[in-house]
Amino acid sequence: MRVLPSGDAAVLAELADLDEVLALHAALDAPPAGVLDVVPAARTVLVSFDPAAVPGDAVVRWVQAARPVAGARPEAGELEVPVVYDGEDLADVAAALGCSPAEVVARHTGTVWTVAFCGFAPGFGYATAADGDWAIPRRSTPRTRVPAGSVALAGEFSSVYPRESPGGWQLVGRTDLAMFDVDRDPAALLRPGVRVRFRDAG
Amino acid sequence: MTLTVLAPGPLTTVQDLGRPGRAAEGIGRSGACDRASAALANRLVGNPVGAAVLEVTAGGLLVRADAGVWVALTGARCTGTPYASPTWVPAGSTLRLGTPVSGLRSYLAVRGGIAVDPVLGSRSTDLLSGLGPAPLAAGDVLPVGTAGPWPGVDVAAVAEPTAGELVVAVRPGPRADWFADDVHRTLATTSWSVTGDSNRVGLRLAGPELARQRDGELASEGMVRGALQVPPSGQPVLFLADHPVTGGYPVIGYVADADVDCCAQLAPGQTVRFRR
Repeated sequence: MRVLPSGDAAVLAELADLDEVLALHAALDAPPAGVLDVVPAARTVLVSFDPAAVPGDAVVRWVQAARPVAGARPEAGELEVPVVYDGEDLADVAAALGCSPAEVVARHTGTVWTVAFCGFAPGFGYATAADGDWAIPRRSTPRTRVPAGSVALAGEFSSVYPRESPGGWQLVGRTDLAMFDVDRDPAALLRPGVRVRFRDAG
Repeated sequence: MTLTVLAPGPLTTVQDLGRPGRAAEGIGRSGACDRASAALANRLVGNPVGAAVLEVTAGGLLVRADAGVWVALTGARCTGTPYASPTWVPAGSTLRLGTPVSGLRSYLAVRGGIAVDPVLGSRSTDLLSGLGPAPLAAGDVLPVGTAGPWPGVDVAAVAEPTAGELVVAVRPGPRADWFADDVHRTLATTSWSVTGDSNRVGLRLAGPELARQRDGELASEGMVRGALQVPPSGQPVLFLADHPVTGGYPVIGYVADADVDCCAQLAPGQTVRFRR
């Protein structure tokens, strides 16, 4: 782990891979007073703080003193997502994986996905699979409009579009779950550490 | 008690201290661009610092007090409006903000606070993610909350935003090593122009190209306000309150947190220097 400077209100821990990110995020579960946000990403964890409430070197020491356990995941609960697998890109995903569309559904529902981090939009969680070799190319031309609730794959990740937006991921299905709801707290269903099981809802 | 918006000016939004603590959900902090000015406006009318105020960009706001109310204006001083001092607006009369004398963003606190419904714990409008109330429009009726005890002050001594060049301190960023020493020198010796594409997300700056010394992509990573991000064009972006939670271009440096408020007052055409 390298701790990189990020001004005087944040520090950025850089790690070798996503597994190390998840393990560090899990180990940073009890922030000291004055820490505002702990933000995991693909290779980094950002810790932002109020410099009037906690000195920056104390935050750096807290991050460096963390003892990540390999394979550890933040504890954020489980979620079942019912999916109708009728996505426009299901055949393309099957071709990319060298299997049938039915086998894509079997693999997608047959493994546990863990949200590693959020990005792109509020509540857009990037989830990785416990099993399987997922390497899905993005669409060569992004769609200008992807409906809310679209279940999608790209790279090693799966996600659900929390609201209508442009997007370049491959669409395999849709869910009726409200993935992001400002009248709910937390608003996002896909938060770092949440373990997701997709269920074939026919 | 309500305020009625008769004209919103170019852009007026409701802002408070924002939504800290939700960045891992992909929800940015948002909140007042110039936090110190917003906090001062609240203190002048006896509000808690977290009360919601109106952030008025480039003046032009016209509101009617539907009952008598105390207000205070800070940030960019506007012609024709009392500044940094509690001001009584009688029932049925109007308050007009003229053009800023210097600076860009004015903060109008109303005693009791703007009491629109909070969204995820904050009344702030986040223009990037679309969370919070819509920007004000003519005809909007804004509820005002109940007030606490009175402060013992008539006028605040306050440094107004500069109309000339701003000089702020810059600290190393996480990707400083993506840029050669001479590029860091260029960053620190250039008078950067604030372009008209700037907004609450960030200041888009124009000057010499800040070229990277290495190729390759950066995986998106978290950042906070004050980040100086360098996209492939080499023209830096200084992120303000509604910045994205993560970004995929290298951050060469950070404006000192205490100086970011001043940057939020820079109007298009003004210049800023970054002192190492």
